[in-house]
Amino acid sequence: MALLEIQGVTRRFGDFTAVDDVSLAVEPGEFFTLLGPSGCGKTTLLRMIAGFDLPDAGRILLSGDDLATTPPELRPVRTVFQSYALFPHMSVAANVAFPLQMARVPPGERKARIEAALEDVRLTGFDKRYPHELSGGQKQRVAIARALVTHPTMLLLDEPLAALDAKLREDLSIELINLQKEVGIAFVYVTHDQTEALALSHRIAVMNHGRIEQLDEPSKIYGYPRTRFVADFIGHCNLLSGPVIQTDGGVAIVDVEGLGGVQVATQASIPGGARGTVALRPEKIRIATSAPAENPASPLADPHANHYRGTVHDLLYMGDVTVYRVGTPGGAIVEALLANSQTGRAKFFEVGDAVEVSWPVAAGHFIAE
Amino acid sequence: MTARASKRLARWAVTAPPLLYLLVFFAAPTLIMVLASFRSPAEFGGLAPLVDEAGKLDLNVDSYVRFVTEPVFMRVFAKSAGYATVTTLFCLLLAYPLATLIASSGRKYRDLLLLLVILPFWSNFLIRIYAWMIILGPNAALAKLVNGTLALFGAPPVPLLFSGFAVLVCLVYVHLPFMVLPLYANLEKHDQALLDAAQDLGANAWQRFWRITFPLSLPGVYAGAALVFIPALGIFAIPDILGGPEDTLIGNLIKQQFLETRDWPFGSVLSIVLTVAALVLAGSAAWVARRGARRDA
Repeated sequence: MALLEIQGVTRRFGDFTAVDDVSLAVEPGEFFTLLGPSGCGKTTLLRMIAGFDLPDAGRILLSGDDLATTPPELRPVRTVFQSYALFPHMSVAANVAFPLQMARVPPGERKARIEAALEDVRLTGFDKRYPHELSGGQKQRVAIARALVTHPTMLLLDEPLAALDAKLREDLSIELINLQKEVGIAFVYVTHDQTEALALSHRIAVMNHGRIEQLDEPSKIYGYPRTRFVADFIGHCNLLSGPVIQTDGGVAIVDVEGLGGVQVATQASIPGGARGTVALRPEKIRIATSAPAENPASPLADPHANHYRGTVHDLLYMGDVTVYRVGTPGGAIVEALLANSQTGRAKFFEVGDAVEVSWPVAAGHFIAE
Repeated sequence: MTARASKRLARWAVTAPPLLYLLVFFAAPTLIMVLASFRSPAEFGGLAPLVDEAGKLDLNVDSYVRFVTEPVFMRVFAKSAGYATVTTLFCLLLAYPLATLIASSGRKYRDLLLLLVILPFWSNFLIRIYAWMIILGPNAALAKLVNGTLALFGAPPVPLLFSGFAVLVCLVYVHLPFMVLPLYANLEKHDQALLDAAQDLGANAWQRFWRITFPLSLPGVYAGAALVFIPALGIFAIPDILGGPEDTLIGNLIKQQFLETRDWPFGSVLSIVLTVAALVLAGSAAWVARRGARRDA
């Protein structure tokens, strides 16, 4: 049985439907992420799981029990708030002790539990400090220790890393993964940051306009986006759209303006005249001064299948990689990414260079419209 | 003139008038009062000459000795402190829910409610006290209701007016806004996320109030308590108009010393004791509030 089941949950605010008929299930011990832009309904959904908001329709079940009539203070889930929400008038130890006192844990037991929780988040020895004496990352860890000290069945995290700087965010991400593995509690994690979602989660639900666009493992979400929105929101993606002119033997040909027929592998059977999009990650595109050699032995991996001459319109040097935006004579723009791995050279091409972009049939992913 | 010099001149131009005002109308009178407290009263009131006929400087601590040795003055002082304490407590009990209501209501209603709180200031202080004379008077509906109810149980009627009750009711009424405003200013800044977090961690409404809201509102409570207690301690108009013969407070005593008994040195001693008591209280309230604020930063 799933630990958390959300069945057809809808929440409206006036005319605005924040969460629209969402169903999903979270398994015990799972790191589950709700990912989407602001206003997509992910935080509303999290607040309904915590009990701060109630669905207009649908049910939320935790371990099989309907939570509809359970107030937040009686739900066996804990929330880590974006602002940390540490009690400013209490020391770190008193903050962590608070849920133990509410749960009437005997005073003799509390000290050991507090120490264990602080050790879990690597804050041993900070118990006498006050929140204003802590850094952002330390506050975040206290908030997590406070939420975990009563051993909840599930931890809800509302953009817990959003207020931290990039380097610290990466460190804390790794700590979060290890912590989740260690405590074995299911995490439901809300974020708008796709990198965070891909790095942390076992499964991701990508949300938009109150609905789930795709619910899958990170690699599936990235590699096989089901909709244009998912392809565009997760990472960078070339979205080449047009009418499908031919489907044959698992390969569709999409007529893209400025490029002509683009070949893409697909399992779907596409009716003639339908429109579709080829989602193509920039790092899967070969960019060189000359066209690649043909490789008829493996037709799906043959980079010669789609190849176009063009000029580098502009480039974005990012240190480890460079993003080249290549314009074709027909007016299309293709974004290609190249790792700056060759020593002694900062980048391979300059603006205005004539180049050849190419990719095999299997590099793209077909999205039907 | 250099830029620095002109800046200094500008600073003096701005700060000198208020400083001068305070010197002339606050610091100087206070010093005069301190000096007066060590002088002797003249035969027919006021102050005896500072230098007597023998050419000796006439300074003594007789008035202070009188304050300490005659227990009636300490009793009046204690009674004043008692009235001020009860007033502060009632103001706190009434103001807390009111300030909470205002802080939690929408922008539009909030301004309206705040306006209603300060509305009484638009009419004269004495007029508002006299209004209570009418409300509590023997022929008003309130007295008839109370005494009618007492009569049902066979109890003798009680006068509402000219009693300690009337003094307290009016003290609370007059000082309530001074408690509401600082409390509101504090409660309005509270972060809803803290209450959400407390609830999420298992606290019910009662626990959320006593563990989170109340401790965080203490700076506001102290500020309000100081603003109510200190003026209530020295008040004389309310017991004069609404009080009975037993309701002589320290403020009335000071007024009597200056205007009726005309013992200026002793009046000065009473004023100084009152001022020092108020300063100590205000100082400790500020200290506690600052300590709380530092921790909240």
